[in-house]
Amino acid sequence: MNNFTKLKKQSTAEWNTLLTGEMPVIYLGMASCGKAAGADKVREAVKKALKKYHLSAKLVEVGCIGTCYLEPIMDISAFGNPRVSFGNVDERAADSIIRKYFLEKECHKGKVLGHFGAASFDGIPRFFDQPMLQPQVRIVTKNCGLIDPENIHHYIANGGYEGLAKALQMTPDKIIDEITHAGIRGRGGAGFPTGIKWRTCRNTKADQKYLICNADEGDPGAFMNRLLIESDPHAVLEGMLIAGYAIGASQGYIYIRAEYPLAIIRLRHAMKQMEKAGLTGKNVLGSAFSFDIRIKEGAGAFVCGEETSLIHSVEGKRGMPRTRPPFPAVSGLHQKPTVINNVETLGTIPHILRNGAGWYRQFGVEGNFGTKTFSLVGKIRRSGLIEVPLGTPLRKIIYDIGGGSQKEFKAVQTGGPSGGCIPEELLDTPVTYETLASVGSIMGSGGLIVMDRDTCVVDIARYFLDFIQKESCGKCTPCRVGTRHMVEILEKICRGEAEPEFLDKLESLARLVKSTSLCGLGQTAPNPVLTTLRYFRSEYVEHLKEYYCPALVCSSLIEYTVVKEKCTGCQRCVSVCPTGAIVGPRSEPHNLDPDKCIKCRACYDVCRYDAIAGNAIVITSRKEE
Amino acid sequence: MEKRFASFTEEMYTYPREEGSLIPLLQKAQSACGYISPAIVETLADYLQLTESEVFGVASFYSQFRFTEPGRHSISVCLGTACHVVGGGTLLETCERDLEVKPGECTSDKRFDLNRVACLGCCALAPVVKIDDDIHSKVNIIKLKEMWSNYE
Repeated sequence: MNNFTKLKKQSTAEWNTLLTGEMPVIYLGMASCGKAAGADKVREAVKKALKKYHLSAKLVEVGCIGTCYLEPIMDISAFGNPRVSFGNVDERAADSIIRKYFLEKECHKGKVLGHFGAASFDGIPRFFDQPMLQPQVRIVTKNCGLIDPENIHHYIANGGYEGLAKALQMTPDKIIDEITHAGIRGRGGAGFPTGIKWRTCRNTKADQKYLICNADEGDPGAFMNRLLIESDPHAVLEGMLIAGYAIGASQGYIYIRAEYPLAIIRLRHAMKQMEKAGLTGKNVLGSAFSFDIRIKEGAGAFVCGEETSLIHSVEGKRGMPRTRPPFPAVSGLHQKPTVINNVETLGTIPHILRNGAGWYRQFGVEGNFGTKTFSLVGKIRRSGLIEVPLGTPLRKIIYDIGGGSQKEFKAVQTGGPSGGCIPEELLDTPVTYETLASVGSIMGSGGLIVMDRDTCVVDIARYFLDFIQKESCGKCTPCRVGTRHMVEILEKICRGEAEPEFLDKLESLARLVKSTSLCGLGQTAPNPVLTTLRYFRSEYVEHLKEYYCPALVCSSLIEYTVVKEKCTGCQRCVSVCPTGAIVGPRSEPHNLDPDKCIKCRACYDVCRYDAIAGNAIVITSRKEE
Repeated sequence: MEKRFASFTEEMYTYPREEGSLIPLLQKAQSACGYISPAIVETLADYLQLTESEVFGVASFYSQFRFTEPGRHSISVCLGTACHVVGGGTLLETCERDLEVKPGECTSDKRFDLNRVACLGCCALAPVVKIDDDIHSKVNIIKLKEMWSNYE
């Protein structure tokens, strides 16, 4: 273990120099979400400002800390003060934050979020005391946004690869015992106990075994895996090494979506550093264990998140599922025993090894130990990535952490297209695999999409079914044909062309697809329809009988009109209308021609957001028998 | 084009001649040549000892592969759930209508090709539109039209 001790010493020295050195450090959140919010421009502005004020500082690019609604985020640590974080930083703000901090020695009050020190500092709250972060328990996301994901020393200095070093001194069986005792279940959504999966593979005799990390996060509206890999790739890679050693595999694959280019770059970078440090290849850290990791880029197929489809895709075939058993842990890739674990599961493993199963079991509830990450998005006030102990009630997640919905709360969708819509009255449901299933949804990989009164549940059900129908691989009839019929019925309801008996047809079709499909994709596809029918049936009936869409979403059932008394004649709507449906001279009320209107909402949006317009454009839906 | 095709075939020979190489090679071919042409299907089938229908069967299964020439710039409109609930669909419709192009196709002046994408993973900043490698967040129709003018 000498190799590791040496490595650890070197890393700690580098990390301490960064923390306590003379040179000020500016950290920039540069995950995909930060970049989309303009972090690249902020970085250039920071460089310019440093030059302008004749300052020197070290720029460190970090991942995302999870408070995506505050992106771009910039932290400064200097003069021996604790690291201070600033949010919603644009180019102008970057300049003034730096000027104030370094020249006037004060923190920009309008942009400061919090500090990372232990004691109080300058009247600024602690970053982790913010309402979004305070209720969270950060295990797998511990390093996210705090360390440089492209620097292995940052990871090692923060406890990285200690789990591996410890594992290599244990027997594989002992490791599996520890994982089984910890009670961790697959974080990809199905919740199969990881220890049992590993044991099955370990006990199957074969000359070659494989480990696959499933990073094919196809669930629309979920980004936990992307964020973890972009912000802390080594955590996942360390988990892969431990898993590989425990099950007796010498080859690992990471199956990752091609839509995540930055995550792939970060992984490649991390893998090069591992090789250099002797953490992969022959004799890992001087032990008898050898392990190679390769990246397989997915080519865009939602069904490849299913284990057997994923294996076919790695083999170069069409990604279609097959019947199980045999389970992949017995016969998987190239008919060899293969364990497939989700990114988050693997990212958690090093922490369990480092701190012990007993430590892990203090989080969560009996049968559902540990924490789970969720991407909290949709019509929520504070969107981003969060990590909470299992058993946390949905209400706490949505209101305490997320700050509630933007308008009146309607439902929350868990588990993406395979999950269900959960209404207000069930928000006290604790988040565990079993309770979510009991209300008709699933845990899924961790997407939480919040909907408010402006979201139409029929439209949402149509959206998910349409997604599934396009992604159905076509192998089994219930999924291929059944989902198609369901989409057609839902489209008719949204267009106001359906008959009242369509609801019963839809429901029985949904049950048929659920009970007869081959793989998880088809078996769970009807969940959005079944849950919305169960909890929001009246909304379906309103669409059917009254041609009324209460959320004003379904375009065939709504109309746009200009309220003459309110219209200031500012012509902003005239300039954005793509079809010339709105006309009128300046300063006089405008006219909207319903025959030309395509209901694109452009005029509605400018009329709401433009100060000179008068909220004159309104959307109404028919309500007639 | 021929030059890029030649450089791809040269690189192809460094891959093992087994079925597992098919998807990585298709990805390589698309990044080199922009799309999967009949000539590429034929070359890959020959090299990997598969039939052309097997190669095309795999390629057409995955949404990443395109079979028509791309434009100078690629617009990808995200239609993930978070983007859908805040108007991603309207953005796609606007692109279709104003640029007179359908998803998977390319404008007649070859300026833009239009694609729908299931999720770019920037859900907290929805709706998002990606043009080439730039991800634009919180897009609305007005911002979208301004964005186009930066790509000629």
